[in-house]
Amino acid sequence: MQPLPWEAARPGLDAGDLAPEALLRMAREHLEREEPTLGALQQLLPEGGGAWARAAHRRLRAGERGGLLGLPFVVKDNFALAGHPMGCGSRILEGYRPPFTATVVGRLLEAGAVPIASARMDEFAMGSSGEYCAGGATRNPWDPSRVPGGSSSGPAVAVAADYVPFALGSDTGGSVRLPAGFCGVSGLRPTFGVLSRWGIAAMASSLDQAGPIARSAVLLAEALHAMAGRDSLDILSVDLPRRDALKDLGPARLRGLRVGLPKEYLGPGVHPGIRERVQEAMSSLAGEGADIVELSLPSTEFSIETYYLLCTSEVSSNMSRYDGMRFGRRVGGEGPRSVAAHTRDAGFGAEVKRRILLGSFCLSRGYYDAFYLRAQKARTLIRQDFDRALRIVDVLAGPISPTPPFRLGEKTRDPLEMYLADIFTVGPALAGLPCVSLPAGLADGLPVGLQFIARSLEDVFLLELAHAFQQITSHHKLRPGGAS
Amino acid sequence: MGAGFEAVIGLEVHVQLRTRSKMFCACENAFGGPPNVRTCPVCLGLPGALPVPNQEAVRMAVLLGHALGAEIREESWFYRKQYFYPDLPKGFQITQGPVAVVEGGSLEIPGDPEVRGGPGPLRIRIERAHLEEDAGKNFHGTRAGETWVDLNRAGVPLLEIVGAPDLRSPREAQETLKVLHRLVTALGICDGNMEEGAFRCDANISLRPGGQEALGTRVEIKNLNSFNHLRRALAYEVARQTALLNAGEKVGAETRGWDASSGETLPQRGKEAAMDYRYFPEPDLPPLRLHRDWIQALRSSLPELPEARRARWTARFELGPDETATLAQSPEFADYFDRLAEACGDGRSAANWMLGDLSRVLNARGGSLEALGLEPGRLGELLRLVSSGRLSLSSAREQVFPRLFEDPGSPGEIAERLGLSQVRDPEFVAETVRGVLAAHPAQAAQLRQGKEALRGFLVGKVLKAGGGRLDPVQVHEILAKELARD
Repeated sequence: MQPLPWEAARPGLDAGDLAPEALLRMAREHLEREEPTLGALQQLLPEGGGAWARAAHRRLRAGERGGLLGLPFVVKDNFALAGHPMGCGSRILEGYRPPFTATVVGRLLEAGAVPIASARMDEFAMGSSGEYCAGGATRNPWDPSRVPGGSSSGPAVAVAADYVPFALGSDTGGSVRLPAGFCGVSGLRPTFGVLSRWGIAAMASSLDQAGPIARSAVLLAEALHAMAGRDSLDILSVDLPRRDALKDLGPARLRGLRVGLPKEYLGPGVHPGIRERVQEAMSSLAGEGADIVELSLPSTEFSIETYYLLCTSEVSSNMSRYDGMRFGRRVGGEGPRSVAAHTRDAGFGAEVKRRILLGSFCLSRGYYDAFYLRAQKARTLIRQDFDRALRIVDVLAGPISPTPPFRLGEKTRDPLEMYLADIFTVGPALAGLPCVSLPAGLADGLPVGLQFIARSLEDVFLLELAHAFQQITSHHKLRPGGAS
Repeated sequence: MGAGFEAVIGLEVHVQLRTRSKMFCACENAFGGPPNVRTCPVCLGLPGALPVPNQEAVRMAVLLGHALGAEIREESWFYRKQYFYPDLPKGFQITQGPVAVVEGGSLEIPGDPEVRGGPGPLRIRIERAHLEEDAGKNFHGTRAGETWVDLNRAGVPLLEIVGAPDLRSPREAQETLKVLHRLVTALGICDGNMEEGAFRCDANISLRPGGQEALGTRVEIKNLNSFNHLRRALAYEVARQTALLNAGEKVGAETRGWDASSGETLPQRGKEAAMDYRYFPEPDLPPLRLHRDWIQALRSSLPELPEARRARWTARFELGPDETATLAQSPEFADYFDRLAEACGDGRSAANWMLGDLSRVLNARGGSLEALGLEPGRLGELLRLVSSGRLSLSSAREQVFPRLFEDPGSPGEIAERLGLSQVRDPEFVAETVRGVLAAHPAQAAQLRQGKEALRGFLVGKVLKAGGGRLDPVQVHEILAKELARD
């Protein structure tokens, strides 16, 4: 694999040595070589994004510099870009072209970033492996027999395989962080509300949050800077404090920093290689003067159940609009009810159907109190658990996943097994907290992801910490095949 | 009521709020037009679209809550009510959950003397009023199984007012609906157009043996969109259920529809009564939080309510209940009456004109009072001309009033131009009287001798000689003087 020198792209563009069109051409040639193996992309945009590259070039010529201007990126296939196909990894949206653009995509375009393709994903973001995609499974560039993690499988692989310097994904229970961890790149889930959800096909509305994937925390910060902030179209969106500090991101001061290590995050189910990498990371931080504090997050034990009860409940409702009436695929039948039933039967994959059934059950009369309502109460307890821990320490740390990337097909037969891959990612999502997945080295030759979880709206601090970590380590420079 | 059964009735009234935009998006809130033109990603339920609540609709709900004397909740929640129907784009309706923005409250209606044992006002309880969005409309196509959907109405704000089962006859139900209709139009929160579905209701009815506390089996009649349909549908149900119970049969718990053409209610297919809507809190919306100060400010901004207005008119102008009900039919009509009564200084004749001549013109021409272009001040001036004796009532009604709609002049000018103004110059009247007496000496003599029957004859001759411009009262007085003089 010939990696593209994305680290050199920004200085090259700003010095006028590199044109955005040239970057696009290089990216295109590179991904065309890799795609037959990896299958990260759903569909290239017209001219591979050429029109946006030319527009970025004009802005560069006019003297604009820095940020995302001229940098190519890929977008997970559940974000709307007006006039372009949006498939959500599903057959049911065949032929659908949204008439409007997701707010965060629009803000990246305003910043001059150049979209080149939509990226594959687990159908409607339901999946932890990247295998549940109507367009086909995506493979891990570190070992194509293994999964890249999901559901933002395509975006993570596109960054890990150097198609693009950064990508846009979405994270409901770990869908940015898990594939970032599995693919050895950095991925951010901001505080719930920091990124507008307008234009992202909803999976579980109270949990869905967009998030960037990139090789470094510095580029995550650039992307967050471009996208963050209140949007009148998403009433749950909020402004990000200290947003300006994301430009020219500085490293957090590690001396005296209190880093909490929940004992539940390094329990017996965690792969020994992963435990070692996390402990090494803690040692690196301690070496810079940070205090590593062992503590307990008892709610970890019931976070998976809580997450899947709430997630499937919301899924069962959010998927109702796919009825073949107004957009996407329609399968004929006698009368509207039959059309909806046939369309949904043919259009949805097995995992989506499973979650619709589970969620409909949770919300049914007679079961609501025992499942949905109880899960809401558990969610409150989880929030309180994190709040309590984050009063003791400045940030929490742990692995992103208990296991390294697994083989394709290894967990598709047992959905519960698959759900357990999310054990460390769903907690902070339920609490709405900002969290980041950073490369922490390899175990058995496969990437290990390290997670940091910060207090609500301390996203900027979280990235400063990530940046500091990447200054004292070089894991994020590791590339598949050993190049760095 | 036959066979000693008591009807227990409760209404659920759907009020389309007269906001500029829809409940959760910026689409125009209007009626009619080509299908699917007032739609956007939100009300079409496209992937990635999100709802944003309409503040104006919230304000209107609170206003109604105050008018009902209800509790306004500082915190309430939106929920999703889920079912599949082609006119429901998202597969769920956003409505409110266990806590509604308006809770409790009551309404005064005239009780039905036949079931209450005598006339008199009755206070009925309101359970709640909650905000929600309307669905679109389905049309069946020409080919079998073909359904067309128009989503212009999808997302229009609705306030659902849920009444307690406090009503005991179809007549009371009808009165309730009328009182509510006057209320929402007076508040300006609904245009009240029942034909367009802007104000419609469902009725729940059950029967129980007189004296029994426990309620009978409830039947719901859906989508009643006129006062008459409501009353007739309920009367039909009372008769149908009475017959069933008398025959020893059971009333089935079901949803029925009113067929106006056949005059009967029929079981509705499709939506089963026992449907599970899988309600849960709408995760795309925060709790609806209202500031206490804002709620208070709205309370003090309430206009005079129709029933209070009617009571004032009854006390001050001695108007009957039918008259005040008609005058309060719309805020526009009621305001006009108040202004007219003030302009002419006489509520009684203002009411007569509004319910008589003005209503006739309004009915003949159609459209609104405002479109007639007749300011209450101008009409009031005409009424003053009559009350001050300067114009006869008949001239005012037949000659001047119709011209007010075409002629920009004041009523006085118009009457002058038409030569209608009453001449009150006593010398002129006396001259005319003397002329008539001179022309009819025999009759004059007989009247002087006491043949009173001739007085009217001579007055008539004087009025005629005066060209209809003399005041009969004054003519009587002057005739008496002239007769006495000779």
